Amino acid sequence: MSTSTEAEPQEQAAERTPRRRGDAVFSGAALGAGVLIMLALAGVAIFLVVESVPALSASGDQAYGADNIVVYIWPLLYGTILAAIIALLIATPLAVGVALVISHYAPRKIARFLGYVIDLLAAVPSVVYGLWGRETLQGWVFPIYQWLHDNLGFLPFFKGPVTTGRTILTAGLVLAVMVLPIITALCREVFAQTPVMHQEAALALGATRWEMIRMAVFPYSRSGVVSSVMLGLGRALGETMAVALVLSASGVITINLISSQNPSTIAANIALNYANASGTKANVLIAGGLVLFVVTFAVNFLGRWLATRGQVKE
Amino acid sequence: MAKSIDVSDLNIYYGNFLAVEGVNMTIKARQVTAFIGPSGCGKSTVLRTLNRMHEVIPGARVEGKVVVDGQSLYDPTVDPVAVRRQIGMVFQRPNPFPTMSIYDNVLAGNKLNAKRMKRAEADDIVESSLKGANLWNEVKDRLDRPGMGLSGGQQQRLCIARAIAVRPQVLLMDEPCSALDPISTAAIEDLIHELKSEYTIVIVTHNMQQAARVSDETGFFNLKATGEPGHLVEFNPTKKMFSNPDNEATEAYISGRFG
Repeated sequence: MSTSTEAEPQEQAAERTPRRRGDAVFSGAALGAGVLIMLALAGVAIFLVVESVPALSASGDQAYGADNIVVYIWPLLYGTILAAIIALLIATPLAVGVALVISHYAPRKIARFLGYVIDLLAAVPSVVYGLWGRETLQGWVFPIYQWLHDNLGFLPFFKGPVTTGRTILTAGLVLAVMVLPIITALCREVFAQTPVMHQEAALALGATRWEMIRMAVFPYSRSGVVSSVMLGLGRALGETMAVALVLSASGVITINLISSQNPSTIAANIALNYANASGTKANVLIAGGLVLFVVTFAVNFLGRWLATRGQVKE
Repeated sequence: MAKSIDVSDLNIYYGNFLAVEGVNMTIKARQVTAFIGPSGCGKSTVLRTLNRMHEVIPGARVEGKVVVDGQSLYDPTVDPVAVRRQIGMVFQRPNPFPTMSIYDNVLAGNKLNAKRMKRAEADDIVESSLKGANLWNEVKDRLDRPGMGLSGGQQQRLCIARAIAVRPQVLLMDEPCSALDPISTAAIEDLIHELKSEYTIVIVTHNMQQAARVSDETGFFNLKATGEPGHLVEFNPTKKMFSNPDNEATEAYISGRFG
């Protein structure tokens, strides 16, 4: 008797395991979407790898005059990373500052308005940024570069000679403006999520607002800021049109930021050359794309990893 | 060191909303004063005006006077940051800084004063504060561990240690035991008894037995009516309050016939 009463509800439960149609449809759709993304990513990766293989043996004319593919791509990778790092060095402090103003300093109305304006920066097409950098910004920065060269010319970064405003530093500046909204938006979210009780703990001890931010907000949001910077880096690495338009490139490796001899970036190089590339040349460019793909992927992964690793448990 | 607080004609606003109206009372030095009353009647709001934490909320403002030892807290020349350094606060939920060790948590307030401390001096402050908060014996072997690793009751005592480490004149406690179990609550109540020899303590509590146990004087707050601002109904020695209150509403609330 006792066994039958125990077994019965279980059997019934097994029979009736509620399986509503809505649940099934939704879970199928969600799974499908997830798989589709993986397939797309895998497709891109496979395309890049397969098309890059012929480039491994390219040399001379086929590799745009370089001895082999590594010699050709290395300066481009260097330029890509250099421009991205310049962009981040400029954009990160600005973005953190703006995000703090929005989340903790400005009155609510002004903060919201400022948030919209920063978000609008993200809506401007990159070609427009490129044109702006090429036509306007380079004119503004040219005298500054001359000043830097005259006064700080002993530093290797400012060795010059200054003959154009279309340098890697200008490209970095344009990229900085472009990644600013991404980093700002993410930092703002992270800062705003700092638990009120930790902020009040600091304030009640007699912290000024800045001390409160250092005691409660920064420790809580450090990982979020790092990951937002990494995502900004991902954007800066892959940015094409703005750099292609702004930069007067000659494919050298240099830390001189204001001369007319500038390293190009992978993405800009592809954009400028692909239309005229044929045969192995196209493969060489695609191999550059593969390198960029891997680097961007790694950067994004690193950002995510840092974000989850450093997360403060409340 | 301990100071008395005079509150006169205090009106407290959130934006245009008048939350608490016309509070007059004198909080005596070296005594425990409890605020009781139903939820939403403004006890915590009044408490937060005593160290200018109320104005941290956007739009919040105060009319009237709060005078500590002859100094008006809301005088335009008074820096709220300086006020908060004199008047410590313990919150409803324990809130040690999550990234700091127990040691650094205790010293958090002292470090804000920006003077360089010698290691020995810092050690002394940590030890005396943790002893003052009855936590020393439980944590003395793990001062470098994160404060969040402690139990809820220990965390709350850590927060009390942090508050008394700066030697405040007054200690404000906003329902310090409402997130704790009975044993931790008893530990904190014992602590309040000990602390009152050195500090003026104001405690908000939902628990009338707690008010009766720990306080010397009690203020009963209530709403005039739903949607109306809260006000101070009665302020009297706790013994009188719980045996023979002046006001009928107080008696009804205390005896459980209301609220």
